[in-house]
Amino acid sequence: MLSIKNLHASVEGKEILKGINLEIKAGEVHAIMGPNGSGKSTLSQVLAGNDAFEVTSGSVTMNGENLLEKETEERARDGVFLAFQYPVEIPGVSNLQFMRTSVNAMRHHRGESEMNAAEFMKLAREVSKQVDLDPAFLKRGVNEGFSGGEKKRNEIMQALMLQPKLAILDETDSGLDIDALKVVSDGVNALRAEDRAILMVTHYQRLLDHIVPDFVHVLADGKIVKSGGRELALELEDRGYAWLGIKDDETAANSAN
Amino acid sequence: MTTANKEVNELIKREYEHGFVTDIEVDTFEPGLSEDVITRLSEIKKEPQFMLEWRLKAYRRWLEMEEPDWAHLGYDRIDYNSVSYYSAPKRKEDMPQSLDEVDPELLKTYEKLGIPLHEHAKLAGVAVDAVFDSVSVATTFKEPLAKAGVIFCSISEAVRDYPELVQKYLGTVVPHTDNFFAGLNAAVFSDGTFVYVPKGVRCPMELSTYFRINAANTGQFERTLIIADEGSYVSYLEGCTAPMRDENQLHAAVVELVALDNAEIKYSTVQNWYPGDENGKGGIYNFVTKRAACIGKNSKVSWTQVETGSAITWKYPSCILRGEGSVGEFYSVALTHNHQQADTGTKMIHLGKNTTSTIISKGISAGKSSNVYRGLVKFGPRAEGARNFTECDSLLIGDQCGAHTFPYIESLNKSAIVEHEATTSKVSDEQMFLCRQRGIDMERAVSMIVNGFCKDVFKELPMEFAVEAGKLLEVSLEGSVG
Ligand SMILES: Nc1ncnc2c1ncn2[C@@H]1O[C@H](COP(=O)(O)OP(=O)(O)O)[C@@H](O)[C@H]1O
Ligand SMILES: [Mg+2]
Repeated sequence: MLSIKNLHASVEGKEILKGINLEIKAGEVHAIMGPNGSGKSTLSQVLAGNDAFEVTSGSVTMNGENLLEKETEERARDGVFLAFQYPVEIPGVSNLQFMRTSVNAMRHHRGESEMNAAEFMKLAREVSKQVDLDPAFLKRGVNEGFSGGEKKRNEIMQALMLQPKLAILDETDSGLDIDALKVVSDGVNALRAEDRAILMVTHYQRLLDHIVPDFVHVLADGKIVKSGGRELALELEDRGYAWLGIKDDETAANSAN
Repeated sequence: MTTANKEVNELIKREYEHGFVTDIEVDTFEPGLSEDVITRLSEIKKEPQFMLEWRLKAYRRWLEMEEPDWAHLGYDRIDYNSVSYYSAPKRKEDMPQSLDEVDPELLKTYEKLGIPLHEHAKLAGVAVDAVFDSVSVATTFKEPLAKAGVIFCSISEAVRDYPELVQKYLGTVVPHTDNFFAGLNAAVFSDGTFVYVPKGVRCPMELSTYFRINAANTGQFERTLIIADEGSYVSYLEGCTAPMRDENQLHAAVVELVALDNAEIKYSTVQNWYPGDENGKGGIYNFVTKRAACIGKNSKVSWTQVETGSAITWKYPSCILRGEGSVGEFYSVALTHNHQQADTGTKMIHLGKNTTSTIISKGISAGKSSNVYRGLVKFGPRAEGARNFTECDSLLIGDQCGAHTFPYIESLNKSAIVEHEATTSKVSDEQMFLCRQRGIDMERAVSMIVNGFCKDVFKELPMEFAVEAGKLLEVSLEGSVG
């Protein structure tokens, strides 16, 4: 479904991604792990089309089509979804209005009729329960005054509403307590489907206790330095990134405890 | 400039929707202002003697006044002798007796503007006074209003038919000595709306005036007077448009509101005068004095305005809170783009005990425009226990525009409480990216973000108007996407 070849990207003239190669098939869940600053978010944003990042060489195709020549909104309508690491607030625009505009934009693109307010409300209520968000959240401004955990659950809610073909989840697990982690993982597991690929970015392996990935890749300094099955994640937990010759301040600090 | 902001800037180029000209025979005065012109104006309007004297007194005083230059506005000085002070569609009879006698060309104009005046197509539940250049051409729903005792007519009619009410209140809130533009208006005001709601009456429908400038080189000087007698309530809306012309046109209006004991007036404006083209050519100069006197105990006046038009806006709807426990409110959305300049805000003058006021101002600047909030909150020595809450938020689109806030506070009473909040934000690249990542195109995204920013003001507008205001912002932000 998704094929990334020798992808190089830079921001403000600084090269961040230094030749990424990755093949993801429909139905698979891939985890990307790596220390802070290794380029995980950059990869996610580049795939979603954030033009703050410049692709300098390489190619990305999705179902045979060149993804890189499409605008952000076109990619989204073709089924690329990004759950943001740091979801931004849009004051005064209710979550409900935002999601309905989004869902209808997608439907419009597929040549389907718009969902009316009542239908949409029903769906939104159901899905909000699934991620354990009080339906009262729907009336609040997008991410306005949400706690970290609420923001992450809101991102998963949107993925469930939009049912994308490719879901990129950028550290959707960070900053969550155990209960919230469970809710988010259940949400992600509900997203798993034959015709959907999931790219899960995470810094910690604990998410992978709940969501069992098909493949794990380690990203360091803009390159994938090792790939394997889920046992790679466990090995990383035991031995830290240092085992791969990667410097990581946080894991170093953790293992010192 | 970041890519997203550049694209957003392109978004705000738009076409003005109401820029057409109505081709109709008119009586227009030669440009120029003199006692003779004023006398002719008064004669045409068949005004009683007191009115002519009132005008002439204002004119003589105005000749000695200076045009103010303290506002944050830049424009060439206006030559007041190059403006025509009266223009009206020709008609056979003196006044149309019913809508059947109104020129069909005029009815078509208002229909095109979305204001049908025909009996069968009238806006449900909204009575309309349509003012075309210098005269009121039609007023709808007169009879049901009369049954409730509500007077709703053009100010010209009121001067003739209700001279005692007019004489009692006209100029009491905004005297002709108040400022340069108010002085000019008092001398030459052409038409406008008069409303009187008697004691204890809740006006059975929304009242509205639709102002249309059509003739070239003509000033519009409307005058509106609304009196809410004890325990009454009225909600009034005004809308404004003008054709696209390369010359600037002058609009200097005065609005006076009087609220007696326990009366409430809700005054809403959607101002969409022609703003000029993208190079800053043409557009309306809008110099307006709007003021309310809350004379009565527990009286209340709310000003809600959505200002998207005009090349220049100079406007400070204000409340004089004289009655004990009286309440003043000001909710404003002002959007400027291209080369538009707006200097707008409010004055809340607390004179009585326990008076309260709320100010919520939302300024949106795009293109190369300048958007200024200027507000005064003043507490007199007897304003025991008075309080004000002010919130001024600015939203910038792109990085070539400006937003400024000048909040002035004067207090002569130690017990008065003021709370003030101000924020400036931008439509950020991150917000745009989030929306687009969810499949929402840029135009929708900007309009959604801007509407969200204005939510606290829009919810104060009457239903039908809130929808219209939202759409107007959308149109104002519409254009080609890069
Ligand atoms: N917008 C940006 N401007 C400048 N540098 C950036 C920007 N985004 C990311 N970077 C830099 O790129 C590198 C990789 O960042 P990121 O992709 O966020 O890493 P990760 O998500 O793996 O922690 C870091 O050195 C970071 O400072
Ligand atoms: Mg990151």
